Amino acid sequence: MRSPFVRVITGCAVGLALVAGACSKEEPPPTQSAVVANPVDPATAGTITGVVKLDGKAPAAQSITMDSDPYCEKQPKNATESVVVGSDSTLQNVFVYVKDGLGNRVFPVPASAVVLDQKGCRYVPHVLGIQVGQTLEILSSDDTLHNVHAIPQQNREFNMAHQLAGIKHTHVFSTKEVMIPFKCDVHKWMNAFVGVLDHPFYAVTTGNGRFELKGLPPGTYTVEAWHEKLGTQTQTVTIGDKQTSDISFTFKS
Amino acid sequence: MAFRLYTRLVALSTAVLIFAGGLVTSTGSGLSVPDWPNTYGHFMFTFPLDKMVGGIRFEHSHRLIASTVGFLILVLAVWLWRAEPRAWVRRLGYIALAAVITQGILGGITVLWYLPEPISIAHASLAQIVFCLTTAIALVTSRGWTHRTTALPSDDDVLRKLTIVTTGWIYVQVLIGATMRHTDAGLAIPDFPLAFGHLIPPHWDPKIAIHFAHRVGALVTSLLIVATAGHVFYHHRGRGELVRPVVLLLALLTAQVTLGAYTVLTEKHYIINSLHVVTGASVLVTSLVLALRAHRSRFASVDGFGGSAVEGTAIRRNQPHAAVVGGPSVPNRPGARA
Repeated sequence: MRSPFVRVITGCAVGLALVAGACSKEEPPPTQSAVVANPVDPATAGTITGVVKLDGKAPAAQSITMDSDPYCEKQPKNATESVVVGSDSTLQNVFVYVKDGLGNRVFPVPASAVVLDQKGCRYVPHVLGIQVGQTLEILSSDDTLHNVHAIPQQNREFNMAHQLAGIKHTHVFSTKEVMIPFKCDVHKWMNAFVGVLDHPFYAVTTGNGRFELKGLPPGTYTVEAWHEKLGTQTQTVTIGDKQTSDISFTFKS
Repeated sequence: MAFRLYTRLVALSTAVLIFAGGLVTSTGSGLSVPDWPNTYGHFMFTFPLDKMVGGIRFEHSHRLIASTVGFLILVLAVWLWRAEPRAWVRRLGYIALAAVITQGILGGITVLWYLPEPISIAHASLAQIVFCLTTAIALVTSRGWTHRTTALPSDDDVLRKLTIVTTGWIYVQVLIGATMRHTDAGLAIPDFPLAFGHLIPPHWDPKIAIHFAHRVGALVTSLLIVATAGHVFYHHRGRGELVRPVVLLLALLTAQVTLGAYTVLTEKHYIINSLHVVTGASVLVTSLVLALRAHRSRFASVDGFGGSAVEGTAIRRNQPHAAVVGGPSVPNRPGARA
């Protein structure tokens, strides 16, 4: 008769094996497509430019307490990035993109990688865009431990360890999704948002609140502006041959 | 003596582990260490202490404490296997060992699968079972249980049923609490004692429903505990082994309701929140102790020392196995490992 310990240990070993098997499933990254259907004619391409503003009183910036990690505590003190308002009430970190109107066009995937760095115990940049199939390069410039935890709804969730300064991981998203939150569970204040699209017509507003969507074929588009706290707004914009259309979004505080 | 102290140490360490687990969820640190069983590529026990920063402090500490408790329970199970003559008590040790190993695997799965709610809730719920098992082992190997020199009291069927219902309900309440915790419904109703200024929430969604169920569950728990306490005080005032856990139960209930209120009012302060978790577990095991003692005479026959209500049935102490390994003082059994 087998001893009870052998039975307990055997049962648990089987359990562990099942866990290991289940955890080893990894989706292969999508192959990068070079197919370009209905390519945009540069001779007729237009541009949508604009500015995003905040209407009302801007919330007071809150400084981040980073004392849970001695390394982070030595970094320059910064305020939270959830609502960043510039002069003239311009709004930074707004992801503006073409939501609809491109039809069944297929766009080439850029060969260059988009970089998300962990620097000074913050994500740099705080908001960024990337194309499906394009490589996201996640760096750590910090001499402390970070974990990079992406929490998508449509793509595969991942949580990777960054043990050393200079370490680099790459990831490729398989499905368009606006927006994917990123966070560091080690440092609660660290978060970022990544917009994944199947085309290159997106931008993130800078300090002056401005954006530019270049190289659009003539047509009518739904343009959306996304902000992590203030929600989304959409506009319908029509541009003709080589035309530049200037629009503005205003979020209420 | 050493064995009895050891069983209490194991039960206490399980409570500490539950508190540490509460800190992990209360601080949102469950995924701060992405790998398992390693920690950032290091073997768990060689992970440098100076790297324990931010959320890693809570998650890695939880893993270290869990490993320690797992080892303590392994030793406890071996000790029982070698020295305990009662088969059902030995079985409790095996079950505790299997439960704590399963608990560790669930903990690993929940990390590797990014905290899926069912797994996280199962992890929290099994933790309570492990605490119940270690407490039960500490109780049934205690001197008060194994070395009676006074008559076992006559059965009180009402008390038995009341304590079973109360303990069962507290466990259900703990499950609702774990569900609320792992579905992020802890602040779904932001005020206390009212709900959005009303007795009944004026609007509903799944999180509000879970949160409100936990509050209603707390009310039912309180009524059951008060009813049990009233019964013990009225019918068994002279039985210290029942009065003591009842007094403790009332004190823990008061603390638990207060901590629950403060958890909401402090917007889930991580210390308050974690104390609420471990106090809830303590309410459960105290009720379990009371239930087991209410069933004491039923155990007399399976304990193998004279059936029910036998005066002076002190369990024999000078057993060879007990002398060798310092095991519990209980009757000999055929084939006990010496």
